[in-house]
Amino acid sequence: MAKLKGEVKIAIETCKGCELCIHECPQDTLVMSEELNQRGYHYAVVAVDNCTGCTNCALVCPDACITVYREVRGKKQPIAQISNVTEDMTITIDGRQP
Amino acid sequence: MSTQQDLICEQIDNIKMAKVYERPDSLLDVRMHYCPGCGHTTTHKILMEIVDELQIKNEVIGVAPVGCSVLAYDYLDIDMQQAAHGRATAVATGIKAVQPDKYVFTYQGDGDLAAIGTAETIHSANRGENFLIVFINNGIYGMTGGQMAPTTPIGEKTATSPYGRDRATMGAPIDITGLLAQLPGTFYATRQSVHDAKAVRKAKKALTKAFQYQKLNKGLCIVEIVSNCPSGWKLTPYESNQWMIEHMMSLYPPGDVKAPSKEDLQS
Repeated sequence: MAKLKGEVKIAIETCKGCELCIHECPQDTLVMSEELNQRGYHYAVVAVDNCTGCTNCALVCPDACITVYREVRGKKQPIAQISNVTEDMTITIDGRQP
Repeated sequence: MSTQQDLICEQIDNIKMAKVYERPDSLLDVRMHYCPGCGHTTTHKILMEIVDELQIKNEVIGVAPVGCSVLAYDYLDIDMQQAAHGRATAVATGIKAVQPDKYVFTYQGDGDLAAIGTAETIHSANRGENFLIVFINNGIYGMTGGQMAPTTPIGEKTATSPYGRDRATMGAPIDITGLLAQLPGTFYATRQSVHDAKAVRKAKKALTKAFQYQKLNKGLCIVEIVSNCPSGWKLTPYESNQWMIEHMMSLYPPGDVKAPSKEDLQS
């Protein structure tokens, strides 16, 4: 099965150029820009169109400036890995499992 | 750059793509003053993701400390209270006493919690107060210019230990989470970090559990986040993370220090 296709959208004015996303990306999709944003930081840009939507870059981004989109195949709905936090815990809050 | 952004939007309009990650709503859309790559920013983001996922935005009260994160109330779209230096746990005790059904957490750095606020912290844990302490441990006083903290590793050079921390004259680093885990009033004590995606997922899991445990009324939860300080350590954000893994992780290994047993959770 071919890899799922993903896209990242970066809010360049929020980016502080810490480069953590670039080191975290398993596909080497992101690079730092030549240009500066309004605050004087080089920002992350998409260099190669090979994103798989793994959300690693967005998870480590301290300033939360990365939005990740992932391809939907058939009727399946993609589930963000981050929301799977309950495991087999029996605790519920006000009767509902978060 | 603009062409790339346009391309992304077009493909999204085809409804083939679904949003899997975005900035949490409860994190206000303002520029945070933290240095690039700071662990505070990532922790703010995780906290607000949890508040959004558990849908407790109107039921959570945070207490901001003194330190780098003193302006946390400007960034988090929840009820916040500012405490005097080191007294965040004392303020949280009061808040929890009058509003026992709310989720209360304190957000403190190592200068606030491990130095000036040690007494308040230890006695809150000893009383078994029902709130969460989020403890950001970067082993340095970041806001005041990189002075030595009680949590600074042996041998680290700071502004006030220019030849490296010497155990004979400056003492050994204090392990607050390990210390609190020994007290019977502490229900859950864990140590996490936010330096890569895997660590962020784990830290989020731990923080979510800690929020949920508040409803059990069993005692204090402490989540220590071992963090970096790129400006204080005078390294780039990536290098500071590598330095943290090398020098801080051996001293403060990630993982649960005190985890509740199954009987504790069910009763």
